[in-house]
Amino acid sequence: MIRGLAVLLAAILLLSLLLGDGTVATPDWLILTRLRLPRTVLAALVGGGLGLAGAVLQGALRNPLADPGLLGITGTAGLGSVVVFYWGLAQGFPPALPAGGLAGAAVGALALLGFAGRAASGPALILAGVAVSALSAALLALALTLAPNPFALAEITFWLLGGLQDRTLLHVALAAPPILLGMAVLLRLGPALDALSLGEDTAASLGIPIGRTLRLAALGTALTAGAAAAVAGGIGFVGLVVPHLLRPLLGERPGALLPASVLTGAILLTAADMLVRVAPLLLPLSQTLPLGVLTALLGAPFLVVIARKAAP
Amino acid sequence: MIGLADTTVALGGRTVLHGVSFAPRPGELVALCGPNGAGKTTLLRALAGLLPGLPAPDPRRVAYVPQGARSTWGLTVGQIAALGRIPHRDTMAQPVTEALRQCGILALRDVRVDRISGGEARRAMLARAFATEPDVFLLDEPTADLDPAAAHDIMRLLRGTAETGRTVVAVLHAIDLAMRYAHRVVVLRGGRIVADLPAEHALPAAAAAFGLGYGSDPTPRLLMPDGR
Repeated sequence: MIRGLAVLLAAILLLSLLLGDGTVATPDWLILTRLRLPRTVLAALVGGGLGLAGAVLQGALRNPLADPGLLGITGTAGLGSVVVFYWGLAQGFPPALPAGGLAGAAVGALALLGFAGRAASGPALILAGVAVSALSAALLALALTLAPNPFALAEITFWLLGGLQDRTLLHVALAAPPILLGMAVLLRLGPALDALSLGEDTAASLGIPIGRTLRLAALGTALTAGAAAAVAGGIGFVGLVVPHLLRPLLGERPGALLPASVLTGAILLTAADMLVRVAPLLLPLSQTLPLGVLTALLGAPFLVVIARKAAP
Repeated sequence: MIGLADTTVALGGRTVLHGVSFAPRPGELVALCGPNGAGKTTLLRALAGLLPGLPAPDPRRVAYVPQGARSTWGLTVGQIAALGRIPHRDTMAQPVTEALRQCGILALRDVRVDRISGGEARRAMLARAFATEPDVFLLDEPTADLDPAAAHDIMRLLRGTAETGRTVVAVLHAIDLAMRYAHRVVVLRGGRIVADLPAEHALPAAAAAFGLGYGSDPTPRLLMPDGR
């Protein structure tokens, strides 16, 4: 199963490198390295990180509706980028935008862990996440209200919808370390998540430190989802859908889903980004289709199908 | 190796256990009896080290099964039992198979726990505890909502386990099961141990704690709220 997913991912990555705006051809070396490589690598990193964070959060919070966005880090990363936009810092220095997003994610992660405190239960972490989300949404709305001109407003909105076009290797260099570090933290939580299947009391009696597990899940999610939002904007549904796709295939033991959810998230987002590139050929679009819009458009019906199958 | 000495526990500002001392011995099945709110579950959680401020025992030697334990996800019976190996950080198959066999659910190994009966699911949770191969079992209501035959099966299993030299502490609502299978009955009321007796002498104390009129009068009867 894992091997099959890995082969599929390799094929999709190769296709993504070869796929231009609607034509598959051996591309110019410069186009390959400057445009398609960063885009492809980012899609795989962001998708893999979001898929894994979703699988870990659903296990840690014992909630099939959990999504990396639940903890509010995606929101604070967006806020960081918007602040950079707002002050016009990105005009002379493009990397300021993802850097602002990373800073926003870091502030959000500190706020989240601060709000959750030493809390040793899932509901406390969810409430802390809801608080961070609400704060970042309010501040974001404030920033949009105070936007200096309509053009800035449109640009901010478009950024928040998510996308991977015109990303460079610099974006990869900024996002890869936190995403990979976050994945390393999350991938180690398998046995703790398995134990949590039977509730926090049973897990604690099996020797699992509940508070520490939840804090590591939050930290790993902040690193992956925060860095993902910093370079790709708001991309929803990947983290929610990936574990649901895998459960019918791999069983429901949370720890068994983790490696596969990295690969599946990477496959889904890379494929979605290829769809974004060919969409102008199929639909009369004057703008690039935002990646975040596409993932939600595809993810929602998927979820309905899964829910129907799961019903007894 | 496990026990409480003069332990007072307050939860949410309310004292739930008042200076309780309790130490189960190897080779005995101890039944914790008493009415709702007597502090039975708190006593068991205190033994399991799940309350703040109390030491947690070695999870390889003490297995705890909470009341109404359920799985969030549709794990198979075998996967549930295998969770019992987590404290040992191994994935040995033999203790898991043995635990499933002891609990009489080996045939259900690959069946999802949300597709079996409540009694079978309860056995799966018990098998998880057996798979740990602990010295001490702490079980909260292991026979709740089981039919009488299944309840007797479980109690026989627990009695047999105790007789192999291990310690079993079980919260039991059913006084008849406690009297029939336990070696010792500990009766709680209002957060205090009011009786700690060999099972054969425990009926009057247990009945009194439940508010059943039973003293010198050999016939148990329910006291009506108006005192009849």
